[in-house]
Amino acid sequence: MANLSSFNLRDKGAEIWAGWSRPVRTIFVLSMIVLVGLLPFAATWGPTSFLNTPITSFQNVLVYPVGMFIMMALGLNIVVGKSGLLDLGYVAFFAIGAYTQGILSTLYGWNTWEIMPFGIGFAMIAGVILGLPALRLRGDYLAIITLGFGEIVRIVAINISVTGGPNGIPGIPNPPTFFGLHFDLMHPETYFWLVFAMILLVVWMIRRFTVRRPGRAWEAIRQDEDVAALMGVNTLVYKLWSFVIGAAVGGAAGVLYASKVMVISPDMFKFDVSILILACVVFGGIGNIWGVILGAGILAYLPERIRFISEARQLVFGAVLILMMNLRPDGLLPRKKREKITEKRSM
Amino acid sequence: MNFSVVTSQFWSLALQGLALGLIYALVSLGYTMVYGVLRLINFANSEVFMFGTFATLYIEVHFLGYDIGAPSLHGFKLVYTLAFALLASMLACAILAIIVELVAYRRLRARGANRLASLISAIGVSIFLLEGMRMITISRPMTTPRLLDKWSFGEFHGANFRIDTVLTIVAPIIIFVVLDQFVTRSRLGKSIRAVSMSEENSKLMGININRVITLTFCIGGLTTGAAAFLYTTVYENTIFNVGFNMGIAAFTAAVLGGIGNLRGAFFGGIALGMLEQFASAMLGSQWKAVTVFAVLVVVLLFKPNGLFGEAVQQTRT
Repeated sequence: MANLSSFNLRDKGAEIWAGWSRPVRTIFVLSMIVLVGLLPFAATWGPTSFLNTPITSFQNVLVYPVGMFIMMALGLNIVVGKSGLLDLGYVAFFAIGAYTQGILSTLYGWNTWEIMPFGIGFAMIAGVILGLPALRLRGDYLAIITLGFGEIVRIVAINISVTGGPNGIPGIPNPPTFFGLHFDLMHPETYFWLVFAMILLVVWMIRRFTVRRPGRAWEAIRQDEDVAALMGVNTLVYKLWSFVIGAAVGGAAGVLYASKVMVISPDMFKFDVSILILACVVFGGIGNIWGVILGAGILAYLPERIRFISEARQLVFGAVLILMMNLRPDGLLPRKKREKITEKRSM
Repeated sequence: MNFSVVTSQFWSLALQGLALGLIYALVSLGYTMVYGVLRLINFANSEVFMFGTFATLYIEVHFLGYDIGAPSLHGFKLVYTLAFALLASMLACAILAIIVELVAYRRLRARGANRLASLISAIGVSIFLLEGMRMITISRPMTTPRLLDKWSFGEFHGANFRIDTVLTIVAPIIIFVVLDQFVTRSRLGKSIRAVSMSEENSKLMGININRVITLTFCIGGLTTGAAAFLYTTVYENTIFNVGFNMGIAAFTAAVLGGIGNLRGAFFGGIALGMLEQFASAMLGSQWKAVTVFAVLVVVLLFKPNGLFGEAVQQTRT
């Protein structure tokens, strides 16, 4: 057991990656992109048909929950994994993106591509409004404030008229045709490609951030905030940035989600979603992009795959969380060894 | 905005707020005691509360055999029936809390895992308990028999001193006084405080850390069980997701008072209960949660460690 838990697949992967030359890397990345792009057809192709989900259509599952969860988990990972801020109300940004799409498209007739920057912008503004007071607090105080914010957004959506109250907003249009790709109920695979493209964009963005100044600042803040401040890192500004960028990813996911499901209601943005996404991040390996993607993929896909035990699937989900955390507390693919913090207080 | 209601119903709202707040305070002990020792949010405590309401129901209906329509009890029989249900609920919750610690925290702690891993395993326990109870009860709300006839002691400016309201005020105060004395005076209580100050030094002083942690979970379970009994006695029904709102409210109360602090939980609970009552009277109950969180943000901005938090905690992340 000790051997299993100390084995770090992420470090192994990084070693192999470092040993490759540039053309090999390019070929590998391109072939991976093609493979993932073919995923929507996996359910009907013989050898991979075991992936098919019994009740919901596999292609829809790939978009929501799997694709959306991966995207949101990546966004939350910037906040929780990179700069070490515990955010329990991440669903709020998702909700803001979704409602932006819902309101602007039904009232003003804008299309999804036009709304996208606004959805992201509103989520970022919300991030600043929440972040400015909340990020002065630490640890678990921040957790309760963000939790409260998530609830407030949902309660406001229930109680004001422009969001349609508890019934939500029906009849949200699909995105218009784009480069000959149709986005409607008949073509879930184009949605998957869209989500996949956005995930790639987010991954690229996070990798750029990580190796540059903001990434180093987040790393310093996560390891020891006081020391980071002493070293001249403007902690509030960088914490705010990580919060706002995380919010932007959540908002983008929300816009896309609303245009996919066409009906949104406050019920979809409950506290459970925040918790589930946090679980995805920690389950896969907090702070490590590939771990987060794997964790979100598994946790989003698993309940759909085991829908045949529909009554007990959440029960199994809870048990899986307990078991996994006990067996691999650092997640499936933990972050690099050097990035681990030695806790000030031994637990 | 309706300010006249505050002046006309002030005493009634204050009394209801006090009773509600003391239930919050009891549940928030389940968070604050554990936080004081482990510096972790005991996420499963809301489900411990839920379990307690069902334990009370089970004891009253199935073990003692009072059906839903059973006539109210009087005299000595009433006292010992309620006392029995109270003790059973406390015991059931304490046992569950200890199991939660064993399953969700102990192994992770022994391996020195990070804090979020424990948080997720506690969330896993919480989901497991919630879903388990949902399947057992088939998502149906359950009603408990009215064993306590709800007569009133009298009125004071519109505040109705009903027996169950008085009970939910008196019982938590007694529990808090006993607990406060226990933590400040007894040997075990001192060891809890020692561990919350410095785990390493406590180890050097020969304190059995695991036993202290089990004890804090046990105490948190006992008070949460008492709260569950009081809740069931007052509201006379329960459902599988009853713990969710209670858990959020109790955690907020703990933070408001200064988490990790016993007296903070007491006053935080009362403050939150009052705030909820007055906010729902003034703005309508749908804005209750928004007001509570807005006040919480403002309080934390000016007192970052809660109303009664110690300044020492600022250095801990």
